[in-house]
Amino acid sequence: MAIVAENVQSATLSNEEVLRYSRHLIMPEVGMEGQFKLKAAKVLCIGAGGLGSPLAMYLAAAGVGTLGIVDFDVVDFTNLQRQIIHSTEDVGRKKLDSAEESIRGINPFVAVRKFETKLTSDNALSIFRDFDVIVDGTDNFPTRYLVNDACVLSGKPNVYGSIFRFEGQASVLATKEGPCYRCWYPEPPPPGLVPSCAEGGVLGILPGLVGVIQATETVKLILGKGEPLIGRVLLVDALGMKFRELRLRKNPDCPVCGAHPTITKLIDYQQFCGIRGEEAPVTTKVPEIQVEELKQRLDAGEDIFILDVREPHEYQICNLNGYLIPLGDLPKRVHELDSSREIVAHCRSGVRSAKAVDFLRQAGFRKVKNLAGGVLAWSDRVDPKMPKY
Amino acid sequence: MKILIPTPLRQYAAKKDTVEVPAKTVGEALSGLTSQYSELRRHLYTDDGKLRAFVNLYLNDEDIRYLQKENTPVRDGDTLSIVPSIAGGCCCSR
Repeated sequence: MAIVAENVQSATLSNEEVLRYSRHLIMPEVGMEGQFKLKAAKVLCIGAGGLGSPLAMYLAAAGVGTLGIVDFDVVDFTNLQRQIIHSTEDVGRKKLDSAEESIRGINPFVAVRKFETKLTSDNALSIFRDFDVIVDGTDNFPTRYLVNDACVLSGKPNVYGSIFRFEGQASVLATKEGPCYRCWYPEPPPPGLVPSCAEGGVLGILPGLVGVIQATETVKLILGKGEPLIGRVLLVDALGMKFRELRLRKNPDCPVCGAHPTITKLIDYQQFCGIRGEEAPVTTKVPEIQVEELKQRLDAGEDIFILDVREPHEYQICNLNGYLIPLGDLPKRVHELDSSREIVAHCRSGVRSAKAVDFLRQAGFRKVKNLAGGVLAWSDRVDPKMPKY
Repeated sequence: MKILIPTPLRQYAAKKDTVEVPAKTVGEALSGLTSQYSELRRHLYTDDGKLRAFVNLYLNDEDIRYLQKENTPVRDGDTLSIVPSIAGGCCCSR
């Protein structure tokens, strides 16, 4: 299938562009006609982060005429491990500005349209209107469902990619004959059941792999060549370097893209992802101790047992000399703990240790507290020499 | 049969990426898996015993919702993949 960009007929290429794209032009699969299509195409990249970085860079290199980017974030030091459209000097700068500069450097013939806003039900349809293809590089479930529904309602394909640690998924969703995200996953996971970012981490190269797969699919849709991932999901396992394909079927009863849709306008996606939640986040329910108080009491010589529930490789980065029992091992190693002692559990940010405290309290421990904010808070407020990660 | 455990769930399956269980149907394979690794149960099933809608199961490359769901018969050499939805694009959530 091909994406018909409105102004293909009037596209031209200057001599400079012909030279720039010569390696495309000498291939029959692209040729002048294909390059005109790329130049006339308007692609919206949602997110200029892990997936958005390689995606936008390659689409710019390929000569996509207009690249829209939606991102309201600022470049953070920890982004540099994978968000290669941004460089070290861009830390602190708006991602949109940094991305625009990189794109112009790669290909000044690309028109960049910046949308410095969170994508919401109020603005999605109007933002999508001017574009031919939407590429989803977002990082949370509410936005994924929003993008999907807005694509179906606007009749624009959704080039989907997502990652977790060292695994990724890619597909082309929301085409007229093909399935959409809701055909695949009708409901999002409740917040309490998703492993948190602190536990996740991500192999820096992984969004590179998946983002370029998304760029490839986008180019194929524009050119109308090859077999796009419609009705198929590509699963990427970077550690095993295995690529598998699953069949993805369009659900005739899909509430948004099916024969009788019940969703005909954008909804409240935060609520959609939240009301499915069967578990409230544990962090709000457990007793806590602040880092200052812990420091004070340790300095005063009080007998406090520090339980570190992180992983061994994290202990190597920095630690509070705690007793290490990774959260996953706690159920079978709980007998190593003395419930008569006062225990303070900690992790990196306070999320995992809250779960540990909850578990221990349910196991009958009465003198256990969570170190609010974890080693990150300790580094911020007690010992700046402790590295943050 | 071989069950492929996705990354987000490996922490509940003793860090394994593959588990072998004897089974004649998909349902039997899942029971075998969750009796070995009981913590997996709540991630795969709701409290009233239904498969969670954000986790899909594939027998080889086909979604079991389009086969016979948990009654889908299983043959030697078949693989069951557990594929939960993931949302990371930069780094999971902020």
